[in-house]
Amino acid sequence: MLSGGLTAALGMAGVALGLSAIFGETRHLKISWLLPLVGVIFDLGQVGGFFVAATGAVSIAVGIYAVGYAQREHWARFPLVMLPLFVAAMLLVPAAGSVTTFLLAWELMAGASLVLVLSEHQREAVRSAGVFYAVMTQLGFAAILVALVVLSAAGGGDAFATIAAHAGGLSPGTRTAVFLLTLMGFGSKAGLLPLHAWLPRAHPEAPSPVSALMSAAMVNMGIYGIIRIDLQLLGQADASSHWWGLTLMIFGAVSAVFGVLQASVATDLKRLLAYSTTENMGLITLALGAATLLSSYGAHQVAAMAMTAALLLILSHAAFKTLAFLAAGSVLAATGLRDLDKLGGLARRMPGTTVMFGIAALGASGLPLGAGFVGEWLLLQSLIHSPHENNTLLALTMPLSVGAVALTTGLGIAAMVKAFGVGFLARPRSAAAAAAREAPASMMAGMGIAAAACAVFAVAPVLLGPVLSHVLTALPSVGGREAGPALGTYLRLPGIAGSMSPGLIAAALVVAVILALGLARWGARHRPVAATVPLWACGADSLSSKMQYTATSFAEPLQRVFDNVLKPETDVEVTHFAESQYLVERVTYRTLLADPVEQRLYTPVVRAVTIWAQWVRRAHPGSVHLYLTYGALGLLIVLVIAR
Amino acid sequence: MNATIGLAGHTYLTYLATALQVLAVIVGAPFIVGGMRQVRARLEGRAGGGIGQPWRDLHKQLRKQQVTPQGTTVVFGFAPAVVAGTALLIAAILPLIALGSPLDPAADLFGVVGLLFLGTVALTLAGLDTGTAFGGMGSSREITIAALVEPTILLAVFALSVPGRSANLAAIVSATADNPGHLVSPGSLLAFVALAIVIIAETGRLPVDNPSTHLELTMIHEAMVLEYAGPKLALVEWASGMRLTVLLGLLANLFLPWGVAGADPSVLAILIGFVAITVKVAVLAGLLAAGEVFIAKLRYFRIPELLAGSFLLALLAVTASYFFATPTN
Repeated sequence: MLSGGLTAALGMAGVALGLSAIFGETRHLKISWLLPLVGVIFDLGQVGGFFVAATGAVSIAVGIYAVGYAQREHWARFPLVMLPLFVAAMLLVPAAGSVTTFLLAWELMAGASLVLVLSEHQREAVRSAGVFYAVMTQLGFAAILVALVVLSAAGGGDAFATIAAHAGGLSPGTRTAVFLLTLMGFGSKAGLLPLHAWLPRAHPEAPSPVSALMSAAMVNMGIYGIIRIDLQLLGQADASSHWWGLTLMIFGAVSAVFGVLQASVATDLKRLLAYSTTENMGLITLALGAATLLSSYGAHQVAAMAMTAALLLILSHAAFKTLAFLAAGSVLAATGLRDLDKLGGLARRMPGTTVMFGIAALGASGLPLGAGFVGEWLLLQSLIHSPHENNTLLALTMPLSVGAVALTTGLGIAAMVKAFGVGFLARPRSAAAAAAREAPASMMAGMGIAAAACAVFAVAPVLLGPVLSHVLTALPSVGGREAGPALGTYLRLPGIAGSMSPGLIAAALVVAVILALGLARWGARHRPVAATVPLWACGADSLSSKMQYTATSFAEPLQRVFDNVLKPETDVEVTHFAESQYLVERVTYRTLLADPVEQRLYTPVVRAVTIWAQWVRRAHPGSVHLYLTYGALGLLIVLVIAR
Repeated sequence: MNATIGLAGHTYLTYLATALQVLAVIVGAPFIVGGMRQVRARLEGRAGGGIGQPWRDLHKQLRKQQVTPQGTTVVFGFAPAVVAGTALLIAAILPLIALGSPLDPAADLFGVVGLLFLGTVALTLAGLDTGTAFGGMGSSREITIAALVEPTILLAVFALSVPGRSANLAAIVSATADNPGHLVSPGSLLAFVALAIVIIAETGRLPVDNPSTHLELTMIHEAMVLEYAGPKLALVEWASGMRLTVLLGLLANLFLPWGVAGADPSVLAILIGFVAITVKVAVLAGLLAAGEVFIAKLRYFRIPELLAGSFLLALLAVTASYFFATPTN
């Protein structure tokens, strides 16, 4: 109770602070005594405020949800203490005003989240996920550390403000090195390919409120890092950033398509959602890249559209992913199951959770009436309205990007239909699913907040207009020089004859559905009394719930179509009766869908590291004399170098 | 440039034209379906049921008992209304009879595509909701095709929006009407073919799906709606007819925008627009039906190849419209 309340209170403070930073003055705070030499500097500007507010909003929903969840799941004291600490660390990251403070907050966030991932450490899968996460997050941290140290050495100081003042004088080599290193470090936090592998491991194994925080708020910090360091501090809207934009777009597009493809064949509900996070972070990075590329060609107006799309996607993703993970958590708490192949029939047992997950799934699929629609629409508009006269690069990248975004949306719809249709509709596929119980009120209240946010993004993005336009002004290198799209009742694009109104579409659709229901009333007077009848069983006695399509079979066509990318391992074993070759006794079907990137890229690296470690181990025979010699030799070398 | 089309004050005649569009789609869709079946029957040497047969079927089904299969939820119950509702809304948005529908600025071509998919998703969820093997099978196949159709559709939208510099339908249609030279450009022709293929896939016509089959192994759309009966089945069939009609209307007016009344039409212009779109859709439907006589259904796992081909055409369409773009003013 205390922990959840504290988390929610921190969230509210974050939202208030973030909004005041977006609309008001930049806030400074320096605590000199906390760190020797440099002190801790906080400096909350518009961009930081945006992320603080988004994180805070997620935390409010999660905090309220955690009250009921911790009771139901009998959480130990330790994760209860860590939950508010994790939120506090995440709120500090975007508020950091100097390299040291940023790195400190970043590590605090990584450490707190790692401990939370390990809260159910009795299970083997959790420990393995924890190790994976720890290694990858520390590698990412090392990349960020090096990049920021180089940056502050070249930029003449530790504070971001000092670096910003000197950014113009940086050599191209430094800029490139910092860009590549930060892209690696922040990309691994955001779950971009090929550094995404921790995401589908750690997010499913963490307790659901933590998954929601990680997937909806923590991954955003990777995007924040890219925006703050690369686009705001180093960004220059000139020809030198062509390839920066292009790199971001490629990483974004590949992550989006790969993430959604894995999501569409995943059968673990939380793993599916984790891959969907990779997909959405990919789309956001694609939008950032498009904004950079377009403004490097001087198309500031269209760049402003792409950047607004990125900001909107960040917010809408935070909303629907929080809701989806919280709903998945209440399914997990009620049934103990994450496997879609064993779920089903929850719509009758848990109607509230079903509606919540439905709202989240609609948002994630990017259809009208869903939270993600407006952001994707803006992204597509910015891609198709790029100035293309005599520009081969834009004429090639933009159509391909539209194709990638469209494929992502299409497969995303398939993934979400599978998650909702197989998991919540139809009949229960296991006894545990049949005995599910609805979540308690506080969990429903937490989900309700996230659902309300989804509804706002879906039909009334007008409420976000002022926030987005203020944040945009702080990003001159990616379109901040021009006004972004007007988010009124009609979304209007500046300089382009394009408009859309999600609210009006929703209202008109309601009218149209009522009209359709009216059409179906025709002849109602002549109908006999309505009846409920058994399902069509092809003349057999009854249908067992095993005859239903499962998540695996639902995704099988997609798995076959994308065989080359997914590389599934399938065996079919057919056992015949001894008497006849034509009578089948038993068919065993086994399929394993591992992450191909993980297998191709990670396994060799891990193997090489292991071999190297074995080799180095020979130098540790346990003899104290030898170790003393190492020490003496080391000291000698240092003295020679330092002479 | 007609940038402000539809944003200006609407006269009551624009509302009348939009209402007429919706009404024409509601009434006309079963006739279009009947006409296509009749064309097919005649070409195959059968007498056929006449173009009024779908209406007679609807009339019969709407008087039957409401039957709810056991264990289904509201998703199953409301899906037909959602499909029909999205089709009606699309009919109100598209410039079929006149440009400048009051809803034109509310939803551009991306919005229309989104609404179309919303209908598809509603039906696939209903198929899963029944909890039968057929329902799941149909849904799985339908959603796979939908996922692969999406890239082509959006790229075709892209190609079409290049000349008019807008994805809003009134702007696209009036840009083509003002500048008919675009139509014979490679970009436009490729986009036409790509869009035609995806419309065939989305409406479940041959060679992607056979609308008259009831053989388990091959059916897609019919498997999904197998549990519907009586009035709900009537609504499903009506809705799929309306989807076909509005999409053919869209195809017709995107590429042959003549006869469409302007943004501020007179009664005569509305009448001409009505006749024009009726003729265009009827001819397109007849051609589609005649074409279907000569082809067989593709094997399901060959369909992705067809769609990949149409994606390539759409990609070429966009690049062609970039490189061969003629400046518009």
